[in-house]
Amino acid sequence: MNTIDRRHFLKWLGTASALSAFGIPSLAFPKSGARIVVVGGGFGGATCAKYLKRFDSSLSVTLISDTKKFITCPFSNAVLGGMKKMDFITHGYEKLSSVHGVKVVHDTVTTVDSSAKKIRTAGGKSFSYDRLVLSPGIGFQWDAIEGYNEAASESMPHSWHGGSQTVLLRKQLEAMPNGGLVIIAPPGNPFRCPPGPYERASLIAHYLKKNKPRSKILILDAKDKFSKQPLFQDAWDEFYPDLIEWVPGSQGGKLDRVDAKNMTVYASGDKHKADVVNIIPPQKAASIAFSAGLTNKKGWCPVNQKTFESTVKPGIHVIGDASIAGKMPKSGFAASSQGKVCAAEIVAGLRGESVGISSWVNTCYSLVAPDYGISVAAVYRLTDKGIMPVKGAGGVGKRDAPLQQRRMEAVYAEGWYKAITADMFG
Amino acid sequence: MKQKSLRITVVMSAAIFMWISGVGMAADYRPAMLANPCAGCHGTDGASPGSIPSIKGLPSSYLVSAMKAFKADKRKGTVMNRIAKGYTDEEIELMAKHFSSAK
Ligand SMILES: Cc1cc2nc3c(=O)[nH]c(=O)nc-3n(C[C@H](O)[C@H](O)[C@H](O)COP(=O)(O)OP(=O)(O)OC[C@H]3O[C@@H](n4cnc5c(N)ncnc54)[C@H](O)[C@@H]3O)c2cc1C
Ligand code: HEC
Repeated sequence: MNTIDRRHFLKWLGTASALSAFGIPSLAFPKSGARIVVVGGGFGGATCAKYLKRFDSSLSVTLISDTKKFITCPFSNAVLGGMKKMDFITHGYEKLSSVHGVKVVHDTVTTVDSSAKKIRTAGGKSFSYDRLVLSPGIGFQWDAIEGYNEAASESMPHSWHGGSQTVLLRKQLEAMPNGGLVIIAPPGNPFRCPPGPYERASLIAHYLKKNKPRSKILILDAKDKFSKQPLFQDAWDEFYPDLIEWVPGSQGGKLDRVDAKNMTVYASGDKHKADVVNIIPPQKAASIAFSAGLTNKKGWCPVNQKTFESTVKPGIHVIGDASIAGKMPKSGFAASSQGKVCAAEIVAGLRGESVGISSWVNTCYSLVAPDYGISVAAVYRLTDKGIMPVKGAGGVGKRDAPLQQRRMEAVYAEGWYKAITADMFG
Repeated sequence: MKQKSLRITVVMSAAIFMWISGVGMAADYRPAMLANPCAGCHGTDGASPGSIPSIKGLPSSYLVSAMKAFKADKRKGTVMNRIAKGYTDEEIELMAKHFSSAK
């Protein structure tokens, strides 16, 4: 074999593995039969479970989800804006089990015993694993804003998990008077979905403009800049000039405390009484990541940037929002992309093989109005500085792009949503 | 010529041997590693359920020329120009083969 150029060999192999005459679907051998448990059936977890089975059907893959249905955060802002109903963002796990052979268990994981390689659930079950994947998403730092805790979120919803919080905020928007005030308070970095608060402001503004045009949205931001800012602000000037006011952190945006009973927010010495208050609190990895001992001082999980295996506890991989993934943002697209890489690394690792390349993509679409979309994209590679965006690729759309481009991006935003949810659950 | 056919024979028999024995040959993960994130927009294996075009089963040569045209800004798109610039020509060919042969 020494005369053979490795590149040509691999190239030839790529073709051969696609040839059905050989009966070798790519990555189909040898079979390992190992037990993989995936915790959390959201963007990272559902995708990882499905792709594990796609890479190696002999694996025993168990997906543990604490909810029967998964309600996405993506497009929940469209529900708030009255453009979509809850059923549009609600998904079931049926096909993951019936088509892909994933064992889906609806339960909450309470204990991870990494030395016995076993997890236990609130329902009293236990599962042994060869490899564990956690994609549990985020939790909230309840004490970070004085007066804002879980009880307060029943009157001042965060709506940063899809579900009852989405419904609550939508009801409050429907009930508020024309001429009322909505406050949205986004946190500092890092947090789930960097453009999310500003898409939310846009689509609530769309609803108010149509139904309660004398109302106002005040964004009290902990930060001085935000994702896709010029594109958002251009569109706000055009569509919602007197409706949205953004206050940066250094100019009065930082919250001192909230009084949930009186629907009052105190920021930089000013008092704001509002009809609807959406506090998006600072975040951390979901609680199971803490009890499993996987977090660092900042409350997120450090992982090997190639395999997503925890650098604290071997045998456990952490993907999605809970993990620290180089320069990748905490997004559903990123979590899904990490889920696939993690699945391939696990399969290759069990076979003693190497995947050879590490590549991820992220794109976040935001709707500013039903027919006006913007996006930010990046292709990521593993470098000696960790996971970095490829230079010269990606970025936000052009500021002076024609309206037609914005219309197309609004159409493609929904196309993306259909594709990624089908990729997770279909 | 002689040299080349010898190489091919060696590669073929090595591959067949390893396939039959089921061990030893590492599968080439690269096409899947590169192509899988595309499914986030184009659907699993490139079969789109929504408004973004399907790319599953399109001729490899078409996929290569489309990607290269996006990369060189010779074809206009909303997002593909930004994405195509993240890949080398060789990687584009690997992905094109992957999607054109997807079942
Ligand atoms: C308003 C809003 C809009 C967004 N829009 C976009 C967008 O347009 N595009 C985009 O890419 N991203 C978007 N995101 C971000 C996206 O929702 C997250 O980044 C993504 O959900 C992260 O995936 P994950 O797998 O880490 O967590 P999740 O998707 O949250 O999944 C985690 C799952 O694990 C479950 N779980 C947690 N602990 C346990 C346990 N102990 N046992 C069992 N189950 C458990 C949780 O209940 C949850 O179901 C948006 C977010 C918000 C808030
Ligand atoms: C963010 C969503 C998104 C991602 C990610 C994405 N695409 Fe696309 N793709 C599109 C859209 C939208 C179009 C239509 C052209 C445009 O507007 O850019 C398209 C068009 C294409 C076309 C042309 C199809 C045709 O019928 O002519 C090809 C080929 C293609 N994409 C390949 C890829 C590959 C390969 C990847 C992964 C490296 C990828 N795409 C990732 C959204 C995406």
